[in-house]
Formats: sequence, structure tokens, C-alpha cells
Amino acid sequence: MKSSVITFPGSNCDRDMDVALNKFGFKNKMVWHDDNELPKSDLVVLPGGFSYGDYLRCGSMASKSKIMHSVINFAKSGGLVMGICNGFQILVETGLVPGVLLRNKYLEFICKNIFIKIKNKDNPYFKNLDKDIFEFHIAHNEGNYFCTKDQLKEIEDNNQIAIYYCDNNGQTEDQFNPNGSLKNIAGIFNKQKNVLGMMPHPERMIDQSLSGEDGSLFFKNLINNIK
Amino acid sequence: MKVSAIITLKKDVLDPQGKVIQQALDGIGFNHVNEVRQGKYFEIDVEENDPVKAKKIVEDMCKKLLANLVIENYQIIETQ
Repeated sequence: MKSSVITFPGSNCDRDMDVALNKFGFKNKMVWHDDNELPKSDLVVLPGGFSYGDYLRCGSMASKSKIMHSVINFAKSGGLVMGICNGFQILVETGLVPGVLLRNKYLEFICKNIFIKIKNKDNPYFKNLDKDIFEFHIAHNEGNYFCTKDQLKEIEDNNQIAIYYCDNNGQTEDQFNPNGSLKNIAGIFNKQKNVLGMMPHPERMIDQSLSGEDGSLFFKNLINNIK
Repeated sequence: MKVSAIITLKKDVLDPQGKVIQQALDGIGFNHVNEVRQGKYFEIDVEENDPVKAKKIVEDMCKKLLANLVIENYQIIETQ
């Protein structure tokens, strides 16, 4: 299985993602933002970081970079595109997934482990996972998901909510919402469910000695789903 | 000619920075502030002398990049 990780100026989780993808069997290539063409890929990842120094709005500059034409075409033809953290911010700026990511409600940069609950398993990312609650890591200043009422109705009707913030028992009350996201939303799909944007970083949970293994479960399952 | 664009958050969108600024203003004695909303201001020098066309170009910029229309409104002002 081939994957591509796009590196933008200011990306800083691109190499972590490369390590994670290779560890679980992907043949990963790093792709520079100024390239025109994507290599042949089964999965494209937009990594976390601070692309273009978060100028204007997080992800807005990166969403207009050269490689994104190919990424958008790849996504529109059904290819799997996953955006993590800043990658999620880039995805919303391209319009591939609905909504926006605002400044965190309490104006703090949040860096900690959190729990997420999977809402929808009928997709290549979460299909066949045998549990619903995962411990991932978040590190962001703009992760406060927001969309209009009409958009919310549409994403709920189309089952586009991917994951919620929750506690270790899967409770999704307000108190387990780290950043003020609408309805505790931590990740969203496009309508066809081939594009996933999420704030949490599974690539930071792939080694017991560092943090945890819930990311390992995610990546192992992902490559099996794609095969 | 120079054209300016003002980007503001839409009414329903929470503006935590505006809220903190309001509290800071209150702290230094400006006690009669109902609300503060923070926005962005751009001055753009366009190679176009026709004001209608110049504004049209900046409007296009707002739609495609300067504003995110999910949460922001824009307003175009001819400055020179």
C-alpha cells in the first residue's frame, strides 16, 4: 500500500506520520507542497504543524498551494485523504470537508491526551475496529469546530461526524470538550467518507514507551481496510 | 488604485478574543462597552484605475482567500 505525506513550509508532524505509516506497512513518500503531481497513492495525508506560520487563517495559505490541486482532484475521484490537526484546518479551507476551525474557546494552546469516541464506522478509516473509544493526543490552538446550522443539519443527515471528544467511558458531555467544538466534534468526513479531517494525532500513539498504542490499532486497521 | 477590505466575524460566531479585549477595556476604566468584535483590515494596491473594476477584483480576493465565508463577512472600501 502506498501513501504520501505532504510537507508544507511549517509542517512539523510530517516525519512522525512518515514513521507511523512505514511502521504499519505503508510504503510512504514525502511530497513537497510545491510539486505538481502526487505520486501514485492509496492514501494521502496532510500532516499537523503550522503551515505558512498560520498566516491569515490556519491552513488557508496551504490550501492554495500547488500540490493541493492534485490532492483535491484525488479526493474528488474517491481517493483517501486524511488531514490531521493543521491538515484538518487545510481540508476545511479547501472546502473538501464542511465547517471551520476557530480559536479554542478559552484562548489556550491545548497539548494533552484526550479520549475520542468513534461515531461512524461505515468507512475505510474506522471499519472493523473492535472498540469505540480511543486515547489520542491533541496539540492545537485552533481546534474549535464550527459550522452553520444548515451545514450541521446536512452533516448530521449524511452521517458525516467521524469522532467526538469524550471521557474514558465515552461520555460526550460539555465538560469533556477541550476546545469548545460544536457538539464535541473532533473529526468530520466529506459526504462520500473518503476524506477525513480530525484534530487528534493518532501518529503520536504508536509506541507504548512514548505514550500509548491506540494509534497503532488505528493504523494497523487502516492498512487492512485499504488492502 | 488602493482598495481596502474589512473582514468581520458573522453575528452568530463566537469571538473569544473580542470578549477578552472587552474585559481588558473594562479593567482600565472603559465600563460602558456592550461588545467588542475583532476583525481584519487589508489595504490592497491594485493595478487598475477603474474603481468599479478594482473593487470587483478585491471582492473576488475576499471570496477566494481573504475571508472564510462560513464565518466571516467582508466589506470593500475604495480608499484612493
